[in-house]
Amino acid sequence: MKKEIPLLITFIAGMVMILQFFIPHRPFSDLQQLFNTWFLIITVFAMILGLGNLFKVHTKRLQRRPKGWWYSIVLLAGFAIMFTVGMVWGPARGTPFDYLFWNVHIPMSSMMFALLAFFVASASYRAFRARTPEATLLLVSAILVMIGRVPLGNYIWNKLPLIGDWIMSYPNMAGQRAIMIGIALGIVSTSLRIILGIERTYLSGK
Amino acid sequence: MIETLGIWIAALLTLCILSFLYKDNPFYKFAEHLFVGVSAAYWAVYYYFNILYPNLIQPLFGHGQLLLIIPLVLGIMMIMRLFAKVGWVSRWPLAFIVGSYSGYNLITYLQSNAVDQVRATLVPFIQIESWKNLFTNPGVMTFLDAIAIPVVVVGVISGVIYFFFSKEHKGVFGGVARIGVWFLMIAFGASFGYTVMARISLLIGRVYFLLHDWLGLIQ
Repeated sequence: MKKEIPLLITFIAGMVMILQFFIPHRPFSDLQQLFNTWFLIITVFAMILGLGNLFKVHTKRLQRRPKGWWYSIVLLAGFAIMFTVGMVWGPARGTPFDYLFWNVHIPMSSMMFALLAFFVASASYRAFRARTPEATLLLVSAILVMIGRVPLGNYIWNKLPLIGDWIMSYPNMAGQRAIMIGIALGIVSTSLRIILGIERTYLSGK
Repeated sequence: MIETLGIWIAALLTLCILSFLYKDNPFYKFAEHLFVGVSAAYWAVYYYFNILYPNLIQPLFGHGQLLLIIPLVLGIMMIMRLFAKVGWVSRWPLAFIVGSYSGYNLITYLQSNAVDQVRATLVPFIQIESWKNLFTNPGVMTFLDAIAIPVVVVGVISGVIYFFFSKEHKGVFGGVARIGVWFLMIAFGASFGYTVMARISLLIGRVYFLLHDWLGLIQ
């Protein structure tokens, strides 16, 4: 019961999604729309589950008071303020929620990602060594793309930006395309295994 | 006044995160935890107003579409995972998500990532115009333009061969797979360079904000 019903639900949901592609008519088209809506609603509840887990972890930290426990207050207060403001005034432009989004959320998320520039630079300085022909290709292509995208590249040789673009458009695309085809074939086989009930690890491996 | 306050808050939070370059410190930890809380709330509000309200709350309680009780019940079953004793009921909504996502991805990935990509690769190997252009106007760019399509075709085929692990990579097969590795290395290098430039672009944006919007040092 705990295993058979989930497997049946997976099979029906998966087959409806596949069949609606080959038979884009009623009842499959309607079922697909219905399942899409249900999917969206359930994923929101999955996010609520994540939030519940976040609260659980941080309220436990507040009870046990380990080192740095007060950061949990910062997290919960940040959530409470942003959530209350969003639910009371809505997320439209010009609302307090919009103000907090642009002045608190965006600066921090941009800086978090920008911070990676330093770590990527230091990591590549340590890891980038032209020890093998393959590593040399990686190094050369990265340098050409990077230098082709800054004014210095154009200053050194006006063809460098064009060569950088060519690498992005052709050899890079060829490699990416091979990866995409490989991923697609992998996803097709894994999806089939899941729908047919061969792959069951998502049910806690039982 | 309120705009100035916003700029000051944004600048101080930017500096708090930037301080991680020195070492892990209380200012960074403060901003990090605030970021997690604010992000979680942002997405919660976003999902409520853009998905939950128009797809569940309004149609179910406003228009009486009783069929929506099913995803509501499945959603509540999903939250039961937080409680160890009844956690197993979350397998039902999870099965629905996994099943519909698998079925949907099976079709879309097969269509967009396999069939369409193979179709885009099946182009005339020799582009007569490009080669004519190379012989009339020899140069680096006309040469690269002439070899562009052969590079793509050879790169895709050899790359796919590299991912075929059912046959040992030896002899001619191994040689082609090795060419595939070269193309993959070029692709990884290009993606790496592109990612670094994107991150640096973000960094320039933040530094510009600090020097222009906050301190007013540059125009």
